[in-house]
Amino acid sequence: MPERTMIEISRVTRSYGAFKALDETSLSIREGEFFSLLGPSGCGKTTLLRMIAGFDTPTSGTISVDGQPMDGIPANRRPTNMVFQSYAIFPHLNVEQNVSYGLKRLRLNPSEEQRRVEEALAQVSLGGLGKRGATELSGGQRQRVALARALVMRPKVLLLDEPLSALDKKLREQMQVELRRLQQAVGITFILVTHDQYEALAMSDRIAVMFGGRIAQVATPKEIYQRPTNCQVADFLGGMNFVKANIVEENGSTITLDTPVFGRVKTDKPVAFARNGNAATLGIRPERLRVLWDDATDKHEVAGKVVDRHYFGEITHLVIEIPGFEKPLSVTETNNFGADDIPVGAPIRLAYDPDALVALAD
Amino acid sequence: MTALRKMLPSWLTAYAVLYIGFLYLPVIFLPIFSINTAATPKFPLSGYTLKWYRDLATTPALTDAAWNSLMVAVSASLLATMFGICAARAITRYRFPARRSINGLLMAPLVLPEIIIAVSMLLVMLQLGLNLSLITVVFGHVLICIPYSLSVLTSGFEGFDRSLEEASADLGESPFGTFRRVTLPMVAPAIISSLLVSFTISLDEFIMAFFLTGTDATLPVYIWGQLRFAAKLPGVLALGTLLLIASVILLTIAEIVRRRASRRTQNMGGLIA
Ligand SMILES: Nc1ncnc2c1ncn2[C@@H]1O[C@H](COP(=O)(O)OP(=O)(O)O)[C@@H](O)[C@H]1O
Ligand SMILES: [Mg+2]
Repeated sequence: MPERTMIEISRVTRSYGAFKALDETSLSIREGEFFSLLGPSGCGKTTLLRMIAGFDTPTSGTISVDGQPMDGIPANRRPTNMVFQSYAIFPHLNVEQNVSYGLKRLRLNPSEEQRRVEEALAQVSLGGLGKRGATELSGGQRQRVALARALVMRPKVLLLDEPLSALDKKLREQMQVELRRLQQAVGITFILVTHDQYEALAMSDRIAVMFGGRIAQVATPKEIYQRPTNCQVADFLGGMNFVKANIVEENGSTITLDTPVFGRVKTDKPVAFARNGNAATLGIRPERLRVLWDDATDKHEVAGKVVDRHYFGEITHLVIEIPGFEKPLSVTETNNFGADDIPVGAPIRLAYDPDALVALAD
Repeated sequence: MTALRKMLPSWLTAYAVLYIGFLYLPVIFLPIFSINTAATPKFPLSGYTLKWYRDLATTPALTDAAWNSLMVAVSASLLATMFGICAARAITRYRFPARRSINGLLMAPLVLPEIIIAVSMLLVMLQLGLNLSLITVVFGHVLICIPYSLSVLTSGFEGFDRSLEEASADLGESPFGTFRRVTLPMVAPAIISSLLVSFTISLDEFIMAFFLTGTDATLPVYIWGQLRFAAKLPGVLALGTLLLIASVILLTIAEIVRRRASRRTQNMGGLIA
């Protein structure tokens, strides 16, 4: 598969006075990719997206789209289109007029224009609603209009700023699936901004995790979830148990750590690992720990005591104190085998997969 | 207790009817006496005539005053709306220090005694060495129209989401095209409404015009001059009726336009919040 670069962001900084909303950020996004910018509120995601769209200008650094530097090119002459967080549907126009808004400038012949509008409306399942007034639409329908209005322009890149955050949970999950399917159908590069890690994991080809104006890690959803490079990324993407460890050996791409209970662990070295003395952190996700029932045994097991239990319907969250660890371990276990009935205070044994242990930079 | 509760609504109704009566009864007498044949406003009416209205058109002093009023009202409404647009855009779009205080200062003429403003304006005009004329009246009217124009425009602009202009640019439209296709249609109702309200206020305004005009009278000033002659009263009543009708029509149009616009922005507002 040819992997052409669609967006090249090189050393882009955006300062507001002394405050850097974006700090020397570099990133490269491929053609046809579903790419997510994930991070907590205020980390600079919108700032970056708006600079790609041309609504904001980098203080320094360059953004290129499809090989063309965008310096000095205003938003109306960029090959990008945006789905705004507020949707920004023109309230004085009906659905069809909203969707054909950008086409008017292309001066297509009327039947061609009509065909493209209908095609776009069909793509977002709004066929037949063309004559509806913009103010008579539900939140979900407005979002689809915003999507159709951008797609009809056949942009090289579609930018989406938290497009699903205003929708309720059910609709949001349905739209995640639809959006992903749509992206695969049209083959356009999508850049999605979100603060919802599940959304990013479920939809993206690759994710960039951002904190405080910097990109912490860029990887596929699976890699970023299973092999986060630092504690902040690991924590943001879901629960993670952190265990203090000592570095025994460090070479090339691997690192060997010594921990109180898991013993000696040899694992991949995090990218850009900056050694700081002998201390390091080892992480394991709560669902990678498994309760050992009755007299079942495992090659890799730890023993402890249940100190707390939280019921979540399909799963139960157990907090388990292990002698030797300063902090208790979190474990999520499905309720198929009665994890919701384990009494607090009971002794318990856990099995773990050594491959699930990851070394983390602090 | 229950008796009281039963009586309360009927009392409230009576109060409301009386209130409305006091407010509007005098206004109703105006058209009634303006079609009376007798020169004195007295019941019973002695007969029906449109003579006073016909006379209006053939009184040169009056047609001059009408023309003066029209000129002043057009200029004042245009200027007040222009200033109002600048102020309303600044207030709704930008955060700047003392934003609220400046807004308050602009709205102040609404509550200050008009005669005080008029006298101070007069002093300022004379200090500046300006000759009193219709132009000084326009200045005065702009000052008192701005609060109305500003409040109509601010409410119109508030519903205007900045991202609409960005969306237009994003879809390839030039800055001028964006203004023509998005900004203007969105804010036009507020602007029209502001023009109509300012026009009406200027048309009816007396105190400012009385103090600030030179030899040229506006309609209210002309009416004031005619009141000294008992024989001229029916003509004044006829003129007053016409002014009243014009005001009601203009303000109704302004309100319809404003409501239609705000319905449009409010419907969209819910989701942006
Ligand atoms: N116009 C501005 N002036 C000052 N600070 C701003 C401005 N726009 C954004 N910021 C700051 O930049 C940071 C990043 O904002 P943003 O990109 O909107 O974050 P998010 O990741 O939530 O989309 C925030 O701390 C925000 O307060
Ligand atoms: Mg944001």
